[in-house]
Amino acid sequence: MSDLIKKDASELAGMVASREVSAVEVAQAHLDRIAAVDGAVNAFLHVDTEGALASASAVDAKVKAGEQLSVLAGVPLGLKDILATNGLPTTCGSRVLDGWIPPYDATVVTKLREAGIVILGKTNMDEFAMGSSTEHSAFGPTHNPWDLERIPGGSGGGSSACVSAFEAPLAIGTDTGGSIRQPAAVTGSVGVKPTYGGVSRYGIVALASSLDQAGPCARNVLDTALLHSVIAGHDPMDSTSINSPVPDVIAAAKRADIKGMKVGVIKELGGEGYQAGVRTRFDESVALIESLGAEVVEVSCPSFPAALAAYYLILPSEASSNLAKFDGIRFGNRVGDDGSKSVEQVMSETRAAGFGPEVTRRIILGTYALSAGYYDAYYGQAQKVRTLIKQDFDASFAKVDVLISPTAPTTAFKIGEKLDDPLAMYLNDVATIPVNMAGLPGMSLPIGLAPEDNLPVGLQIIAPAMADDRLYNVGAAIERELLTKWGGPILGLAPELAGA
Amino acid sequence: MTEATMNYDEAISKFDPVLGLEVHVELGTNTKMFCGCSTVFGAAPNTQVCPVCLGLPGALPTLNKIGVESAIRIGLALNCEIAEWCRFARKNYFYPDMPKNFQTSQYDEPIAFEGYLDVEIDTDEGRKTFRVPIERAHMEEDTGKNSHVGGATGRIHGADYSLVDYNRAGIPLIEIVTKPITGTGKYAPEVAKAYVAALRDILRGLGVSDVKMEQGSLRCDVNLSLRETPESKLGTRSETKNVNSLRSVERAVRYEVTRHAARLAAGEQIVQETRHWHEDTGISTSGRPKSDAEDYRYFPEPDLLPIAPSREWVEELRAALPENPAVRRARLVADWGLSEIDMNTVINSGALDLIVEAVDAGVDPAAARKWWTGELARIANDRAIELEELPVLPSHLKRLEELIAAGSLNDKLARQALEGVIAGEGDVDAIVAARGLAVVSDDGPLLAAIDEALAADPAVVETIKSGKLAAAGSVVGAVMKATRGQADAARVRELLFEKLGVSE
Amino acid sequence: MSGISQEDVAHLAHLARIDIPTDELGHYAKQLDAILNAVAEVSSLDTADVVAMSHPVPMTNVFREDTPGVSLTAEQALSGAPAVEDGRFRVPRILDEE
Repeated sequence: MSDLIKKDASELAGMVASREVSAVEVAQAHLDRIAAVDGAVNAFLHVDTEGALASASAVDAKVKAGEQLSVLAGVPLGLKDILATNGLPTTCGSRVLDGWIPPYDATVVTKLREAGIVILGKTNMDEFAMGSSTEHSAFGPTHNPWDLERIPGGSGGGSSACVSAFEAPLAIGTDTGGSIRQPAAVTGSVGVKPTYGGVSRYGIVALASSLDQAGPCARNVLDTALLHSVIAGHDPMDSTSINSPVPDVIAAAKRADIKGMKVGVIKELGGEGYQAGVRTRFDESVALIESLGAEVVEVSCPSFPAALAAYYLILPSEASSNLAKFDGIRFGNRVGDDGSKSVEQVMSETRAAGFGPEVTRRIILGTYALSAGYYDAYYGQAQKVRTLIKQDFDASFAKVDVLISPTAPTTAFKIGEKLDDPLAMYLNDVATIPVNMAGLPGMSLPIGLAPEDNLPVGLQIIAPAMADDRLYNVGAAIERELLTKWGGPILGLAPELAGA
Repeated sequence: MTEATMNYDEAISKFDPVLGLEVHVELGTNTKMFCGCSTVFGAAPNTQVCPVCLGLPGALPTLNKIGVESAIRIGLALNCEIAEWCRFARKNYFYPDMPKNFQTSQYDEPIAFEGYLDVEIDTDEGRKTFRVPIERAHMEEDTGKNSHVGGATGRIHGADYSLVDYNRAGIPLIEIVTKPITGTGKYAPEVAKAYVAALRDILRGLGVSDVKMEQGSLRCDVNLSLRETPESKLGTRSETKNVNSLRSVERAVRYEVTRHAARLAAGEQIVQETRHWHEDTGISTSGRPKSDAEDYRYFPEPDLLPIAPSREWVEELRAALPENPAVRRARLVADWGLSEIDMNTVINSGALDLIVEAVDAGVDPAAARKWWTGELARIANDRAIELEELPVLPSHLKRLEELIAAGSLNDKLARQALEGVIAGEGDVDAIVAARGLAVVSDDGPLLAAIDEALAADPAVVETIKSGKLAAAGSVVGAVMKATRGQADAARVRELLFEKLGVSE
Repeated sequence: MSGISQEDVAHLAHLARIDIPTDELGHYAKQLDAILNAVAEVSSLDTADVVAMSHPVPMTNVFREDTPGVSLTAEQALSGAPAVEDGRFRVPRILDEE
């Protein structure tokens, strides 16, 4: 096994720039790792060996020509299969898109390519990002590198797993209710959901338009910040994109100084329903934060208990509309067109065959919630709860600089354990959902292993809108102390994968 | 499928009609409502599409500013209030011509609302104004176009399959909806037609659309219901779709009145349904019942942000509105001293704006009207092009008129000069010089030509001298021919009579 | 606020154009009923004077200039389609015009 795969993204970029190693060698090392372990992990749905090596050698050519390189040029990355890639399959983990090759790139993909980041392939996900375990992928579940019988989180389990299995130092995820942060938490990696509007949504297949946001996944805070800085920024192709400067997340990750800051612990996110080991590690983090000179206070967000319910009305409603376009007319598979059936029948058969049960459930639920006669009681009411959640955050941020909570109530659960109990599955997102509802930035940072199962626990850090830099400052400060305490990255504690 | 109808006069004597009109107008923007694809009519199928208007996964809409501005201007021209804050909504239903299977539209927050339009019609008591109340004008997007293959007629029924072209999908539409129009009595068909005509004139005057009903850039749905008396509550309405000419609007209203009346008189219910209009037979046939679970599940479009037009912007647009076409017409009739009939001729010829431009440039109104409704209309007609497409500028007409007034061109020469302008030979003076167009003012060549003409027809001399002055016409004609039209015919006649010693 | 029947699921599935087999309607009805009972929690808060929030960013008037951008070629546009004929998307017969 090449030791290149264990290196940080920032280190690899430096080595490529100084010609200590070529980008092609770096890419090849990671492709080899994928070949060795991905049979067991199943993080990738599609590996683009040829494309990866071609873009790596383009970086090498630039290095030779003495051209100015971006901060992550030559560093490999796993891309969640929900981002449209020109010429590369994009399935969203769904049969309905099996074989579809988009004729365009998502804005994030364009930025990655322009930055010389080497896209290794497309990572697995719950179908259309609906899930918290990646078990709802039509192409089989992804396995948690910490314990292959467990889930890697979801919906972006492929992205978190490829990072924590050393298949890629970087990955892009998308986060609608926690799909970057919860997988990061259960795989011992770092994941950030930027401020809504901070990263362009153009070319990202929409789940719930008012909640979706793409963000960076990596193994440490600085790498996450570097990737964040590459993908963030205004995009005229996305009307909801914020047209103001990107917060200086790299400087913040390097500052790592929280002395004098005020940190709020959200009373409603913790306690009952949270695994003991999760609470233990969380309480230790609170003490650590205080020891670094920050003041920790408890804040109350009384509307948060209703957030999960509101989310499971808003998300299915928007999704039911966003997913209407998958009808087998303009792209994707078509089922049942024997020449005798009407277009309506063929559409219905195509969608029935193309969508898995969770997607069907949510589309039906959303169709119901938007129906005449139910709109006010469901969707309308959920949007009002959304306002209350935002007001709770506003009131809290009047008192503190950042808020914290556990990222997920439990560590990684076993594959199959919650598959037929949608409500139990939905509870995984109870702490991450309020952040999406208010459009705020949030980070999940590894803070140790739960003593009872030796599986990773994540700390969620939340900042006000467009104050994403605070996440990185706080995250980096805590990370530095923990690395000292652990004597190295937490992923060093993960078991070696067979085949490697 | 023909349904029973009742004689129109009898129907009106028994029932009170209530109208409602929904007009969709395609805006003439350069690009679509939510993406940068071109809107030019007639391109090859699926060449004016992109991930956004094809509804490809991941694509997002961006809002055309001119689309919004046009909607506000239309609202203002229809005396509407302009929303201080409004949103788009998604109207969810599946149909193959709708790429996303939802239409981005406006629902309960239209950009313009509560307006009216006054229309004039001829009644038994002379010309009368009806005020048509406008409920709303809102923004939305057009659908693609289906064509049906197989089956007998190329129509949807009996077709084997269909082909879809999405070039039209996403072109901006403004839907203008009236409130129920009451109090028209027997004039309901005329009011409906006059409303659509007035609306078309306003839209054309605003320059927001080419308003070609035959190309579908202006489409009209006619709602009609009957009630026993003006005091009764509204009856069940039918909605006749795609009534796409002014004449058909009038006919469709008339037909629905007679059809509803026959049903009601027979004790039958009116079915709330959409109906298809048949231009050829002048009747409508039943389409889809409205009750068919029409649940569009509207909700605010999350991919587009709210629109909050500043009052400054709205007032700026209001101040720059063109004159209302009806008011303008009345003013021009007075200024130009035209009859209503002459004015109708001008408007129907499509030359009004061109004449106004010429008059503004200093051309006499009568001359401008003569050129644009006469010679130029003939040339445009011969070439099967629009008047606007002729490369004739107000400055060209002005110079021609100056030369005519100075006596250096006659009508015939002026027409030749105009041909030169249309052929792109340069400005009027250059053409006159290059083609050698000038009235021959020197008597010498004219006298020589007269002598030649008389020599060729000696008998005519005696005829004229005997007092049959009309015979002079053939001599003048011969002289004009000999001088290639460059003579002043009146002068030739003068010289001829002088020579023969005849006085007129 | 809930109580969802098999007939409801069938109707919703029709609106959503998903051909759910009859023998699965009951299973979906049961699950949806449970979810709807859970999401009824949204009614637990007093929202009498609360304005509904449709967008998380407080921006308005985001416009694009009316200048043409890049379109796809017909070949690109049709590249992912299951059936194509004559430069157009071929679809099974349509029952009635909207």
